[in-house]
Amino acid sequence: MSGHSKYEPKTGFERWLDVRLPIVRMAYDTAIDFPTPKNLNYWWTFGGILAVCLVIQIVTGVVLAMHYVANAGLAFNSVEHIMRDVNHGWMIRYIHANGASMFFLAVYVHIARGLYYGSYKAPREILWLLGCVIYLLMMATAFMGYVLPWGQMSYYGAVVITNLFSAFDNVIPGVGTAITTWLWGGFAVDNATLNRFFSLHYLLPFMIAGVVGLHIWALHVPGNNNPVGVDVKSKEDTVPFHPYYTVKDGFAILVFLLLFSWFVFFAPEALGHADNQVMANPLATPSHIVPEWYFLPFYAILRAVPDKLFGVLGMFGAIAMLFALPWLDTSKVRSMRYRPTARWFFFLFIAATLGLGWCGGKLPDDVVIPIGRDAVTGDPTGFTVVMLSRVLAVYYFAYFIAVLPLLGLFEKTLPVPDTISTPVLPKGGAAMLSGATASPEKKG
Amino acid sequence: MAETVNAHETHGDDPSRRDFIHIAAMATGAVGVAAVAWPFIDQMNPSADTLALASIEQDIGKVAPGQQLVVKWRGKPVFVRHRTPAEIAASVKDDHADMRDPATDASRTKPGKQEWLIVIGVCTHLGCVPNFGTGDYGGWFCPCHGSVYDTAGRIRKGPAPRNLELPSYEFTGPTKVKIG
Repeated sequence: MSGHSKYEPKTGFERWLDVRLPIVRMAYDTAIDFPTPKNLNYWWTFGGILAVCLVIQIVTGVVLAMHYVANAGLAFNSVEHIMRDVNHGWMIRYIHANGASMFFLAVYVHIARGLYYGSYKAPREILWLLGCVIYLLMMATAFMGYVLPWGQMSYYGAVVITNLFSAFDNVIPGVGTAITTWLWGGFAVDNATLNRFFSLHYLLPFMIAGVVGLHIWALHVPGNNNPVGVDVKSKEDTVPFHPYYTVKDGFAILVFLLLFSWFVFFAPEALGHADNQVMANPLATPSHIVPEWYFLPFYAILRAVPDKLFGVLGMFGAIAMLFALPWLDTSKVRSMRYRPTARWFFFLFIAATLGLGWCGGKLPDDVVIPIGRDAVTGDPTGFTVVMLSRVLAVYYFAYFIAVLPLLGLFEKTLPVPDTISTPVLPKGGAAMLSGATASPEKKG
Repeated sequence: MAETVNAHETHGDDPSRRDFIHIAAMATGAVGVAAVAWPFIDQMNPSADTLALASIEQDIGKVAPGQQLVVKWRGKPVFVRHRTPAEIAASVKDDHADMRDPATDASRTKPGKQEWLIVIGVCTHLGCVPNFGTGDYGGWFCPCHGSVYDTAGRIRKGPAPRNLELPSYEFTGPTKVKIG
């Protein structure tokens, strides 16, 4: 789709610049004139929403770093200083903290859209992989950012996640311990750990921005996928990005910012944990440790496996599935609109992932379905959270390594339209359609 | 056409000699990169002042039977538990029970000092600090992922792979202990 550029420099300066650094041409080709499928729905607006999230996080983060002190003795108080004393500090910190949640909310919708409409299939595998890399970097950034306030949840979050690497002691004794000691810069999570986490937390968002650049580059070679999942066949299947999708994305961004603002101004602590208002204490773990909501499904998988090493492998494997997905799904049909069976497996997958998230927030031995009562204590017994996690985790993996590879071979799909226009026009009249959307942006 | 002519001339273009120069240059370069990379990797390991805080001395005379003292050593909690005769007996009774990391009660304490159990208070699963006196065996219960330890600090239930670690320590007096 990246065809001939239609940019025409209008001023003398633009002409002068265009033969030296065609940066205006690049911006014009990617954000103004870029031919975009005309049938993108609102699920496609989350890319733009995510770009806004990244900018918000970087701007608020740079400001917070002006007031924050990365020292185990001072960090907690410097965050209180931001909340109480710094002008508008409370608002900037709440935007940053809730911004992380909003970022993950948007990225999960964005990923789910890709899963449903088959956006990972050829020729968009690299685009998908770059997205997975961004997601990994986001998780690393969010994790390290959560450690910085140095509250109890921050501290024990850092302890648990870094200790995941100690599972390698089960492979080669000593290696896991060497890795954790290296990560910590000591024998426990301490000041050295906090300092390096701050350094990396500042670095990674800019790496994300770099990979986002590659992600957009990889998007603009094959162009957008679309809800029908068939390739763009002619110019009549597309509209210019501006004004059509600048306006659609812009509207979605505003709606999203309403939700964002509701959290920031009316429920800023709703997604946090009260224990993080207590300064980190290496000698006492809070009675109930949970990660932030966006990590809960993976946390549930970790706990579902009774063996430490395999629990850790399961957790990382859950993300590895996303990387392998383009080569696991054997179906030739991209969009699940035309895959009636796959669609139900997909909805089950979403339900299983949400279910895992719910399990991650509960205690492992909590009873989901009471069957009897313990003879001694009288507590209800039965089907516990950890058992439910196991069932859901099995389905999570089965979706990738069994359902998608096999379903593509046996599934009876619905007839896929020839072009993007066919489903909306009984006779697929491309000529009529081109009249309907003939460049209204040029009519003044 | 020029290349065709040159291919027949051998102006010292011994291929094996050229390969050797390439390999030697690459190998030297790789060593150089590793030599520069190592300090940047190793700087993240514990610094000299962190390593210097290796041992502490502690008076444990005030810990009554049935209580535990938590002291900080190398940034980690160390549990000094004054066990009651009942706790010791329960632990010894289980010496040959089915366990993930089998160990006898005697191997967890110093000879003649069976009432003092000194362990690193870090769950061997993912590093949380287990809670004292809770769980099915009256030892410790880890709130993070539900590991249960008995009164000898042995793992009895839950995901942790090993018993609570024993620090190196010695009694320097009847109620004085040096950890590290």
